[in-house]
Amino acid sequence: MTFFTDSLPIYLNGAWYTLMITVGGCALAFVISMIFGILGTMRSLVARAIATVYVEIFRGVAALVLMFWLFYAMPLLIGYRLEPVVAAILALGLNVGAYGAENVRGAINAVPRAQYEATVALNFEPLQRMRLVILPQAWAQMLPTFGNLVIELMKGSAVVSLIAVSDLTFVAQQMRTFTGETLLAFLAALIMYFILAQIFLFLTRMAERRANRRLGRLPDRPAKKRAIPSMAGVARGGES
Amino acid sequence: MDWDFIVEAMPALLAGLRYTVLATVMGYALALVLGLVVAMVRKGAPPTVAKTVFWIMEFIRCTPLLVQLFFVFYVLPSAGIALTPLTAGVIALGVHYAAYTAEVYRSGLDGVPKGQWEAARALSLPGVRTWTSVILPQAIRRVIPALGNYLIAMFKDTPLLFAITVPELLFEANRLGGENFKYLETISAVGVLFIVVSVLSAIGIRFLERRYAAV
Repeated sequence: MTFFTDSLPIYLNGAWYTLMITVGGCALAFVISMIFGILGTMRSLVARAIATVYVEIFRGVAALVLMFWLFYAMPLLIGYRLEPVVAAILALGLNVGAYGAENVRGAINAVPRAQYEATVALNFEPLQRMRLVILPQAWAQMLPTFGNLVIELMKGSAVVSLIAVSDLTFVAQQMRTFTGETLLAFLAALIMYFILAQIFLFLTRMAERRANRRLGRLPDRPAKKRAIPSMAGVARGGES
Repeated sequence: MDWDFIVEAMPALLAGLRYTVLATVMGYALALVLGLVVAMVRKGAPPTVAKTVFWIMEFIRCTPLLVQLFFVFYVLPSAGIALTPLTAGVIALGVHYAAYTAEVYRSGLDGVPKGQWEAARALSLPGVRTWTSVILPQAIRRVIPALGNYLIAMFKDTPLLFAITVPELLFEANRLGGENFKYLETISAVGVLFIVVSVLSAIGIRFLERRYAAV
């Protein structure tokens, strides 16, 4: 126990770096996934081709390989070395952004066609159509997957320790060498990651509730609990 | 770009790719088996056991694979279990992905209509046969594409084994790059290899989806 209390400040410092990289990576990934996701739903063949190529390339390369490329290989090409943190945020954002783009594309395509036709009938401009009708509905659909991607990105951020950014994993490695408490050093880091993940999960759940409520979709908590068994009963009754 | 060097480095990179594939295949086999066991325990065991297993899996799913790799690689030997880097990597990959495949299996198991369980009980099939000849064949068939996705995801996570000195693709690329100061060529080659494999496997998954589309 003294190990945990003594080393808590060091771990918190590491967690701060992890958090910073996660938030930075998420911001980049979000912008990328919106841009390429919307491009992927357009009618123009060129726009869709751009989106597909982006997604296939950056989904294909592992974040670690991408980060190594940005950090070790790219300086040889352009003669300027990125800060490790920047390379990490870029690599994670580009990689997770590709997954996010697929998510956005799927969510927009899942909005009922009639909604789109209604906006045309009401003479909305394309921008209004997206902003006022399509995106609010797609948003509720894409949030759960975005929540998972945030966790994935946070977990992926552990690779930055390999280019000597002092995040949680790096701190754990250092504590292992300094104190020799192998088990405790890594256990502490794992617990910190778990707490961070639970916080992010909580936040996405809140965002999901808000998005659904704005669409007038949210059944209240107790009502939802009652609805599930009754529906299961219907399904069972139907089959027997 | 020094193309001759890429050609020169190819044999070493392919030797690294062999380790990458080996780790993926063994880790995936472990994840498939362990995930199924976890899903079955969560379905069949008493609530306290099922709940404990759920939280362990939740913990594994919410923490980075890299730290888990370090954990297996450094902690198990200090507990007296000697491991080669590759074995440690396979164990960590397998256990980490078991947490995901367990969820996939669970969705498959939940998709099996309750009437199937009741029919098996009515026919007084023993528990083992209920699982092996009634429930699992129906449950697994519809989750094959989803399981395939995790094979690709795991393949893309194998570069992490680099951190525990498994001589896989990225390790070899980094070594060759360092020895000859040709990082650009070697790491770009690794990136391209990954894109090629991932595009090919995406096509494979689409084929699986058409073949085993959810009933």
